[in-house]
Amino acid sequence: MGELKQIAKEVRKDIIRMIELAGSGHPGGSLSCVEIVVSLYHKVMRHKSKNPKWPDRDRFVLSKGHGVPTLYSVLSRTDYFPREWLWNLRKCGTPLQGHPYMRSTPGIEASTGSLGQGLSIANGMALAGKIDNKDYRVYVLIGDGEANEGQIWEASMSAKRYKLDTLCAILDHNKLQIDGTIKEIKDPYPLKEKWQAFGWEVFEVDGHNFNELLDAFSMANQTKGKPTMIIANTVKGKGVSFMENRIEWHGKEPNAEQAKQALKEIENA
Amino acid sequence: MPELTSLRDSYGNTLIELGKVNPNIIVLDADLSFSTRTHFFKEIFPDRFFDFGISEADMIGTAAGLASCGKIVFASTFAIFATGRAWDQVRLGICYQKLNVKIVATHGGISTGADGYSHQAIEDITLMRVLPNMRVVVPCDAVQTKEVIQTIVKEEGPFYVRLVKPKLPVIYKKCNFKLGKATTLEEGKDITIGAIGPMVANALEACKILKSKGIQARIIDFASVKPIDKEAIRKACAETRGIITCEDHMVTGGLGDAVAEVILTEHPVPHLRIGIQNIVSESGSYQDLYEKYGLTAHHIAQKAMGLLNT
Ligand SMILES: Cc1ncc(C[n+]2csc(CCOP(=O)(O)OP(=O)(O)O)c2C)c(N)n1
Ligand SMILES: [Mg+2]
Repeated sequence: MGELKQIAKEVRKDIIRMIELAGSGHPGGSLSCVEIVVSLYHKVMRHKSKNPKWPDRDRFVLSKGHGVPTLYSVLSRTDYFPREWLWNLRKCGTPLQGHPYMRSTPGIEASTGSLGQGLSIANGMALAGKIDNKDYRVYVLIGDGEANEGQIWEASMSAKRYKLDTLCAILDHNKLQIDGTIKEIKDPYPLKEKWQAFGWEVFEVDGHNFNELLDAFSMANQTKGKPTMIIANTVKGKGVSFMENRIEWHGKEPNAEQAKQALKEIENA
Repeated sequence: MPELTSLRDSYGNTLIELGKVNPNIIVLDADLSFSTRTHFFKEIFPDRFFDFGISEADMIGTAAGLASCGKIVFASTFAIFATGRAWDQVRLGICYQKLNVKIVATHGGISTGADGYSHQAIEDITLMRVLPNMRVVVPCDAVQTKEVIQTIVKEEGPFYVRLVKPKLPVIYKKCNFKLGKATTLEEGKDITIGAIGPMVANALEACKILKSKGIQARIIDFASVKPIDKEAIRKACAETRGIITCEDHMVTGGLGDAVAEVILTEHPVPHLRIGIQNIVSESGSYQDLYEKYGLTAHHIAQKAMGLLNT
């Protein structure tokens, strides 16, 4: 666990550096999903960075595409591409696009950025696995604001209808979107009961606690006949005091001074 | 450096002015009210502002319902989501019965920049232009934006107004915007350059480059893309040797095609369309992308010289 915590720390530092250098990007929702993405790539998923198209690999769809700095950092740390790529994020003529693009980046499974579309894509991957008699699993990370989109709920019914038990969705429940809290904007509560009513197995965990996350992933693995939703309670901007729980840090780059402060806080945490 | 102004701020401020005199105005957004500047209106008229969250189809559908009960509805979000994610709702819910909904979208074009393809609306003008009853307006600076918003609130029926993210150079002190009328910014007899949005400033720059080479370019601002000013196009065809259209948008179906439709049926002359070709655009700064996709003043001037040499 100590090792995972150390990785999470390094990923958070990457996120701050990348977004500072890019001059734009989304720190809040990148920092909130660090432990989730680190758990998946470092412990949970079967994948081969040197053979990214290995047909039996587990798949990860980042439906909340603006959180991609986290995924880029983790992919670079698991050898999908050189670390130098990180420092040219969002620049013209370079591979790391502002939102995930599966044709330009090894390890990216789906192009996203228009919110609400990833669960359907993950369903398609899980269905293909069933058709092909493969046992790979499909993971998809959804934002709690993103779940405003009707398509998420359409897809949730499809996943239940087709008994997609190789599918595991994670909701990054950081309680904020852009214009306010998810409670103020669309009030989607109660979350757990809603997903249960839609026919899903639901677990609720502290999304910054590796033990709880890994337990939930293993229970999801044992769930048969229906899809699993892990509601991960997180903090938007986690790890940087002046970004935590602040909507203004949804989509803004830190300046040099702020980045320095952020890196210091993450290092000393 | 030319003075820069924000089209989005101009939209937000104009909404407040209109809201003060017309209690019938309702403003909707989809979790982007800070970016679109509808939050200016929200702060002053919280009871007439509704945030639908990340639910564009829901927002546009609701706009149709509100308008059918007599409200004047402004609905805003990013251009790609307003037109892409809610296109059928715009088509059937709004345009079919000519309801009074004004879709004012921001972040049109690749000038949206570093967010990349998912956020760069490069097909939105096409998507809105094909719809019966929809009018399409693309302002090029803050003054024009204000006049456009003031105009469309008085015109019954649906509108699509496309704004961009970056600040743009001041073009007008006062522009006397009229629906269906283009504005000639520079007179010229050699070639006509028609432009919209951020490309108007670039066309004016290109005009200077061409002047230095002895070429007199006529520069036309085609802010009213639909209805388009057919008379201005006919005159340009008759009085100059060719037309170049410039847009931060795909050439397929945008301003270029709107002008081509008139040229082709009424007065064929050589015509070049500057814009995004049918490709996948990428992340980058606004300036780098304009360079890469051939949208700078320099590119326009070069195309103009090429057209005149043929
Ligand atoms: C369809 C669509 N509408 C709007 C946006 C603009 N947008 C980007 S992020 C965001 C808020 C996302 O909130 P949430 O899903 O809670 O993400 P997180 O808090 O994890 O950053 C919005 C509205 C978008 N990318 N896609
Ligand atoms: Mg959130």
